Amino acid sequence: MSQWKNFSKGFIKENAVFVLFLGLCPTLGVTTSAVNGLGMGLATTFVLVMSNLVVSVVKNFIPDKVRIPSFIVIIATFVTVVELVMKGYVPALFDALGLFIPLIVVNCLVLGRAEAYASKNTIWSSLVDGAGMGLGFTMALTVLGAVRELLGSGAFFGMKLISGDAMLLFILPPGAFIALGYLIVLANMIKEKTS
Amino acid sequence: MAKKESTFLSMVATLFVVTLVAAGLLGSVFALTKEPIRLAELKKKNEAIQVVVPGFDNEPSQEVERIFMDGDSLYLYTARKGEEILGTAVETFTNEGFSGEFKLMVGFASDGSIIDIAVIKHAETPGLGDKMEKGKSDFSVQFMGKHPDSFNLAVKKDRGDVDAITASTITSRAYCDAVIRAHAAFMESQKDK
Repeated sequence: MSQWKNFSKGFIKENAVFVLFLGLCPTLGVTTSAVNGLGMGLATTFVLVMSNLVVSVVKNFIPDKVRIPSFIVIIATFVTVVELVMKGYVPALFDALGLFIPLIVVNCLVLGRAEAYASKNTIWSSLVDGAGMGLGFTMALTVLGAVRELLGSGAFFGMKLISGDAMLLFILPPGAFIALGYLIVLANMIKEKTS
Repeated sequence: MAKKESTFLSMVATLFVVTLVAAGLLGSVFALTKEPIRLAELKKKNEAIQVVVPGFDNEPSQEVERIFMDGDSLYLYTARKGEEILGTAVETFTNEGFSGEFKLMVGFASDGSIIDIAVIKHAETPGLGDKMEKGKSDFSVQFMGKHPDSFNLAVKKDRGDVDAITASTITSRAYCDAVIRAHAAFMESQKDK
């Protein structure tokens, strides 16, 4: 598999949200606006790339039976690094995402890629895989956030397009499920057309 | 290189090294970000004080009084211009928000009337409860210049004088609860003087 294919599979073919259904808790929780989705996606991408990198470097030194605890420690370390850096340098983003940052640790996507990909592949392909899956995740979260923001508060990336309220349902939890459902339909249509 | 065998010793050694490196890394990042985090929090607090008691030229965050109430503490910051006291900013809280606790900064003039109110931290529903934030709706404007003795701090549904946020009565009630607590703390601190 070429590296380009390895990278691009995260966007449609094996998209974490639309196809693999991994990491749905942060997906549904933070996507009340496009910016929140983007921020959460980028934070997850950073953790995913770093943990894939480190896991593929140390994979031969880690005995099989303590594989999972070691991976979790590595992931948790990077999550805490992200949390501290965000708190210190972009407090506004931290206020919006703060609650969900620790959840990246248990995001199945991160552990899933560490376990299923990085622990079996070379450093370079693991890096590419992490970046592709992470950016695919970011794309999914941003699109979902943009749809919910547009329908729910009539704004696009924070710019108000209409005055007053729109369909508030889309900002609330049920709207997340409805919007995600239709986006999955859309993603599957695209996937069928391209294959 | 072959995969390492899972013996007791290798497992213990691996986990020890992994956690040691992780702890070292976290410690250094924590030390690096400690100062920026403190400054960011201080800046946020100062900005909130600036909103609710504008025009001071001292450092209100240096002049703090702490009052215990309902199982938590409220912080009172005195804002001065020269020698004159402009007012007191009270950092207050409520546990009755729709998503639990939230924190407000309430500015009181020396006669006890409310100058202005700002939201410091909350987890209320975006699009509904977060309208209590300044700039998202005019909810907080109705408190400006009111005196809690003549202005009943309860939503109209509870026979008060406060216009609640549409579809966010719980948030509005919690907001009033926090303001009432701030006023009680303010009165308490005035008693000593």
